Amino acid sequence: MTDTEQISTISRVSLEVNGVSREVEVEHRLTLADCLRHKLNLTGTHIGCEHGACGSCTVLVDKRARRSCLTLAVQVEGASILTVEGLAEPNGDLHPLQTAFHNNHGLQCGFCTPGLLMTLMEFLSENQDPTEDEVREAISGNLCRCTGYQSIVGSAIQAASILRQSR
Amino acid sequence: MNEKRKNSTRSGSNFKWVGEVTPRPDGVDKVTGRARYGDDLKLPGMLHARVLRSPHAHAKIVSIDTSKASALEGVKGVVTYRDIPDHPLATPPYPPIIQDFHDLSRNVMARDKVLYDGHAVAAVAATSEAVAREAIKLIQVKYETLPHVLDPFEATLSDAPILHEYQFTEGADPDTSKPSNTFRTLSGERGNLVQGFSEADVIIEREFSSQPVHQGFIEPMACVASASEDGSVELWTSTQGHFVARGLLSKLLNLEISKLRVTASEIGGGFGAKTTIYGEPVAIRLSQKTGRPVRMTFTRSEVFRATGPAAGSRCRIKVGIKSDGTITAGDAEIWYQAGAFKGAPVGRALDTFFSPYNIKHIRAAAHDVCVNRPKVAAYRAPGAPMATWAMEAVLNEAADVIGIDPIDLRLRNAVKEGDTSLKGTKHGRIGLIEVLEATKNHAHYTAPLGRNEGRGFAVGYWLHGGGLSSASVILQDDGTVNVATGSPDIGGSRSSMRAMAAEELGIDVKLIKPIIADTGSLPYSYQTAGSRTTYATGMAVVNAARDVIDRLRALAATKWDIGVKDVRWDDGHAIPADKYEGEISPLSLKELAEVAMKMGGAIAGHSEINASGQGAAFCAQLVDVCVDPETGRVTPIRHTVIEDVGRAISPDYVEGQMQGGAVQGIGWALNEEYIYNENAQLQNTGFLDYRMPVASDVPMIDTVIVEVPNPNHPYGVRGVGEPPLVSAPAAVANAVENAIGTTMSHLPLTPPKILRAIGETIPEAAE
Repeated sequence: MTDTEQISTISRVSLEVNGVSREVEVEHRLTLADCLRHKLNLTGTHIGCEHGACGSCTVLVDKRARRSCLTLAVQVEGASILTVEGLAEPNGDLHPLQTAFHNNHGLQCGFCTPGLLMTLMEFLSENQDPTEDEVREAISGNLCRCTGYQSIVGSAIQAASILRQSR
Repeated sequence: MNEKRKNSTRSGSNFKWVGEVTPRPDGVDKVTGRARYGDDLKLPGMLHARVLRSPHAHAKIVSIDTSKASALEGVKGVVTYRDIPDHPLATPPYPPIIQDFHDLSRNVMARDKVLYDGHAVAAVAATSEAVAREAIKLIQVKYETLPHVLDPFEATLSDAPILHEYQFTEGADPDTSKPSNTFRTLSGERGNLVQGFSEADVIIEREFSSQPVHQGFIEPMACVASASEDGSVELWTSTQGHFVARGLLSKLLNLEISKLRVTASEIGGGFGAKTTIYGEPVAIRLSQKTGRPVRMTFTRSEVFRATGPAAGSRCRIKVGIKSDGTITAGDAEIWYQAGAFKGAPVGRALDTFFSPYNIKHIRAAAHDVCVNRPKVAAYRAPGAPMATWAMEAVLNEAADVIGIDPIDLRLRNAVKEGDTSLKGTKHGRIGLIEVLEATKNHAHYTAPLGRNEGRGFAVGYWLHGGGLSSASVILQDDGTVNVATGSPDIGGSRSSMRAMAAEELGIDVKLIKPIIADTGSLPYSYQTAGSRTTYATGMAVVNAARDVIDRLRALAATKWDIGVKDVRWDDGHAIPADKYEGEISPLSLKELAEVAMKMGGAIAGHSEINASGQGAAFCAQLVDVCVDPETGRVTPIRHTVIEDVGRAISPDYVEGQMQGGAVQGIGWALNEEYIYNENAQLQNTGFLDYRMPVASDVPMIDTVIVEVPNPNHPYGVRGVGEPPLVSAPAAVANAVENAIGTTMSHLPLTPPKILRAIGETIPEAAE
């Protein structure tokens, strides 16, 4: 196996990622973020700080938003994970949240975007008609250095409106 | 979105794509996780690199023993300074931006001494991140610690520890034979200060200081290097300028330029910091030594400890004003922390202090001072925000003293076409007066304020960049088009390049795919920096598109067997001269694209330019804050940015730039700072303790796009990215002063400082 075997022990983890059952061999200390990025090649989940402060690595674990950089891969045994790669429909249709960000300039460099989308996926499932202040509070654990947040808030509000209409 | 822009004083146009909101060319890839950033590339056999960094702020390196690390299973290569070529010191005369390879070599890997906490000392490449992390712990470095200095003013005192025994102050008067931490002092003067101040009714003198702040991009530096046995190297890196990176790397590592092919990854923010190189030369050397591709990604802590922040500063300023508001004289001096190596943005500071105003008697000086901190890098309008804060704070105070409206005070002194800056820039058509008037007319300016609230105002100046840019516009045989530039897209350049190409060619933006070409595929292009890209690279794209049109006209002429002069281009079609009306039907771009392959060959247009004429831009900001008298916390509650952008090619991106710059300024003014312990070790190396604004910290940022077209650009572009940060800290600080009724001179304006200023007892925990 790898040269790392002598440093740490390895476990086999079964999980569902974006609707597909996966089995991975991971070192116990491997974070979920690194597991997604480097073991499963899902590089849409970004790592900006490795200590849970920037929110770029946010994914859904059993529908709850989680910092994948603060979660160990071995902790999510049996869980269902949704990452940014799993948001769009299999036919390529974007999720309304993705469309809203795309159409409302909800991003500039785009690095924080996957984490914001996943944070908002959880938030908008709980609050279907949020105010601007509620959105700002909900995403206050996600750092964006490009936009000044306004276009992100606007995108979220529009996504909420589209999602309400489709319910 | 249109309603949001109702305040804009935008000039009307007959353009179809320029000035319109179009679907983002990079949007889908960025909302699906498909966009590939620096750390996202994986090559077969790839190794993982980690850097060992100094725990000392200043120390001699006595020895480095890498044998234990090399022996660890999975470690494939180790590098130290011995693997990075040394270079001689640069000699005068120095260009405005010094690239000293002597310094660069030592910043990439410490040679004789470590000069800051976090300075790179060695690096390893191993089969996994985990092994690489273990390996650097096994490297044994013996240090002999030395006294350190952090403050730029203290570093100039005679008893200060000296960072570089070989550095003597450039142009010192009187000449000095002692080594100094001051690399150079730039100064400029015009008129007669004594006379100027004697004409003043009011003279205001103040001192300011600020802490270094980090650019705070969310994507840490990351690259993948792959060296071949034949001497060529491929590099994938998150950079604002892959051609500049190639230039630096080829010279630093003695590589042939043509053999080093650099591809710019998608970039997760840079704001100036990704205009230089850090891990790239180390990754290349590790790849050369191991024969395998090497990825090097910094941690957030490494980004804070070892990549360049904006310079911290000390400043003093004196301004004389007549009671009618005429500014008679200005005298300013600023000490900038260069960090461990020279290169603080002193030239820009000089150019910034007084440039919005036409003042007869002025002097400015800026000192480039080395201290035991990471070497500074550019940060959005480098050198400008702190100089602007000093001048604008004093002007706001003066307006109070003489009882004149602060905007009227600026209007009375505003520079206009024909005026000259201290550095000798003679202004063409500029829009300061339009910006000031738009600000004064904005509802925000006269809106009522509540209890504990204050309003701030400031205006900033920025001379945009021009320079080298290249572009290719390639017509494919199905009638679609690629626009290739060498400018990494950091603020929406792909969108604006596409819009300008569509406007020229007369086709739908949907038919154009803009790309960023690698360094082997396009001639040299300078960085995406200095708000230059839409101006300079945009001009190259327009030229290249016109080149395509010329070729299409020639093709149509050949096909029609008429003179090329008898073919014009209009709305995406080659159209024969009127005399052929009825005889020859126009040919569309798509039809000509099909014909081309069967006739003279593929059609493309190219342009390589050295753009000038970019000119100056101005950005004003109105900020309301609420100060909590119990906690000292400052909350921005309303913020308006008013900027002359020449012309907004992609207005949604322009607004985004204005809003993003404003919020960075809020962070600079209120929260962000580097905190060192008594051993000069950086204490806040993560986003929890280096507190950047989050969404709930900031209000909606209103934007007013003012368009005073720049006559030197085909579409009137000036540039947009930097001016919003120039005036933001000044406007925020001014709002705080207005709210608490006292002057504030040390950024950031943290709650303890506010409480002290308003005479409250500070709770122990807040200190």
